[in-house]
Amino acid sequence: METIAEWFPNLTLGFSTAVSPINLLYCFLGVFVGTLIGVLPGIGPLAAIAMLLPITFNLPPVGALIMLAGIYYGAQYGGSTTAILVKLPGESASVVTCIDGYEMAKQGRAGPALAIAALGSFFAGTVGTILIATAGPPIAEMALKFGAPEYFSLMVMGLMASAVLAHGSLLKAMAMIILGLLFGIVGTDVNSGMSRFAFGVSGLTDGISFVVIAMGLFGFAEIVNNLEGGGSKRDLLFQKIKNIWPTMDDFRRSWRPAMRGTAIGAFFGTLPGAGPTIAAFSTYALEKKVAKDPSRFGKGAIEGVAGPESANNAAAQCAFIPTLTLGIPGSGTMALMLGALTIQGIAPGPQVMTQRPELFWGLIASMWIGNGMLVLLNLPLIGLWVKLLTVPYRMLFPAIMCFMAIGVFSVNNQALDINMTLMFGFLGYIFVKLKCEPAPLILAFVLGPLMEENLRRALLISRGDATVFLTRPISAGFLIATALFLVIMLAPAIRKKRDEMTDEPIKA
Amino acid sequence: MQLKIKSQEDFWAGIMFIGFGLVAIVVARDYPMGTAMRMGPGYFPTYLGVIMMVMGAIISIRSLWVKGEGIRRFGWRGLFFLSLAFATYGFLIDTMDVGFILSITAVVILSTLASREFHWLESLGLAAVLVLGTVAVFIWGLEMPYPLFWWR
Repeated sequence: METIAEWFPNLTLGFSTAVSPINLLYCFLGVFVGTLIGVLPGIGPLAAIAMLLPITFNLPPVGALIMLAGIYYGAQYGGSTTAILVKLPGESASVVTCIDGYEMAKQGRAGPALAIAALGSFFAGTVGTILIATAGPPIAEMALKFGAPEYFSLMVMGLMASAVLAHGSLLKAMAMIILGLLFGIVGTDVNSGMSRFAFGVSGLTDGISFVVIAMGLFGFAEIVNNLEGGGSKRDLLFQKIKNIWPTMDDFRRSWRPAMRGTAIGAFFGTLPGAGPTIAAFSTYALEKKVAKDPSRFGKGAIEGVAGPESANNAAAQCAFIPTLTLGIPGSGTMALMLGALTIQGIAPGPQVMTQRPELFWGLIASMWIGNGMLVLLNLPLIGLWVKLLTVPYRMLFPAIMCFMAIGVFSVNNQALDINMTLMFGFLGYIFVKLKCEPAPLILAFVLGPLMEENLRRALLISRGDATVFLTRPISAGFLIATALFLVIMLAPAIRKKRDEMTDEPIKA
Repeated sequence: MQLKIKSQEDFWAGIMFIGFGLVAIVVARDYPMGTAMRMGPGYFPTYLGVIMMVMGAIISIRSLWVKGEGIRRFGWRGLFFLSLAFATYGFLIDTMDVGFILSITAVVILSTLASREFHWLESLGLAAVLVLGTVAVFIWGLEMPYPLFWWR
């Protein structure tokens, strides 16, 4: 295939971009901050990236993207550290790691658990990088042939996937999607120039800023909710971690789960709407099923660490495939990446790869380098991260509040944004109380304007005939896949499984 | 048959969605609908509003027999002080223009009040540390264009 031949110059370009001192610095800063965020509970990657997005406005596009991506996959690493050491998942994708990771730590095997998590993640990250490099160009080429109906159906598929995979009621998740689409169309309509749902507020004619909505729903609401739990006492059992290195037996048990986890992670990562969390859960379920002795799970089985940790990292990495090649973000965090691109004046879509090759390949190369940095950063420096865990939440959340306030305000330098964030914070808190998952909403919010525009175009081409979505083969394929997905997920047996899987076994 | 809400959270979530749907439809009445072939600015939001109202209704009605866990109490203290902290930042740095240092101090102190484990001394100490840190990172490091105090 021609792709293989193209690989070499492309990756060379990528690495030469990524190893320039300044980009290495951005990469390091990214993974460092990412690990920090992963380790600190109560702030997820989405809120953190939203917080830091404004400060990347002044960076060059490549640097900005490298840093934000570093935060994203760095957080996956950091999250597993706390999951293993204190049974507190730093973010949702490492919830399952708590089960066996913490058990291992209790048996004095925290070191091997951390090492396997890091090595498994590195392996998954490497495979992920290769996958993006291989699958990216053909997908982008195919996407260039997509018309409006295909894009519309693809977005329907992504949104439905995010609803099906969200935890809690499917119906509520779907209603949240509609609400997100509505929030997304606030502002000036590109076609008619009419300002919609602005309620006479001049600041709203440009639409609701992503930073505002993400920070309100995921930052502010989260802190209020955390404070309710009272001062959570964290049992830090392991101040000193000795003998990090896993035994031969650990390696022998781990390599297969790591490979399976990587494959599952790559699948869920590439599928828009799914992501690291569901990948980790599915891998854990699978490992338990294929294990010779399933009773070991939950009692410190290293397979239960190796599989999910590889899966969530592979998924985190592969989430860049739809984002970069189609211009369709698969999750809220990916939407922020696209937001960063747009602010830099680069229109996301399949043309990015050909028009800005240094951006695409530089990012990919940097991800691999970043994964390596993470192994170095996490294993020898584990003591530092453990120390951080002793910072009590009551000193942490005021700092997060400061960063959020500074971040939101710096976007437009107007108090309106702060007040809007507050409103979304309130709304987010109500969502928490009513058990409405905000993740599908945020994805729909980003896709809203895109969806409307593609629906409009599709219906214009077909002269108002809605069957166009079913008569075009690729579009029909997406819709059939969506329907199949829904039917399978609604089947009683699988539905029960989904509820078990998406109900977090451990409360963060 | 007696009707009783079995899932408070679903019932109110449904009502909320119906409300949002209604607002969408009512507000979108001012925008031209157009036709399917030439969608006007009102087309998409109106249909979204209709779908959402239907979904909201189903969610609410289902709450009559699907059992839920109930709604947990609201943490008013946290909500109040964190909102105040946030709003104050916007007010101080934008409307009053008192400078970065005072605005951040206000955010920190008001935020710490949200916690039940509040101590004055700790709060002031944290404010000092965070002011120093944020000034170093955002003003000196990232060169954000805010004056440190109101006189410059």
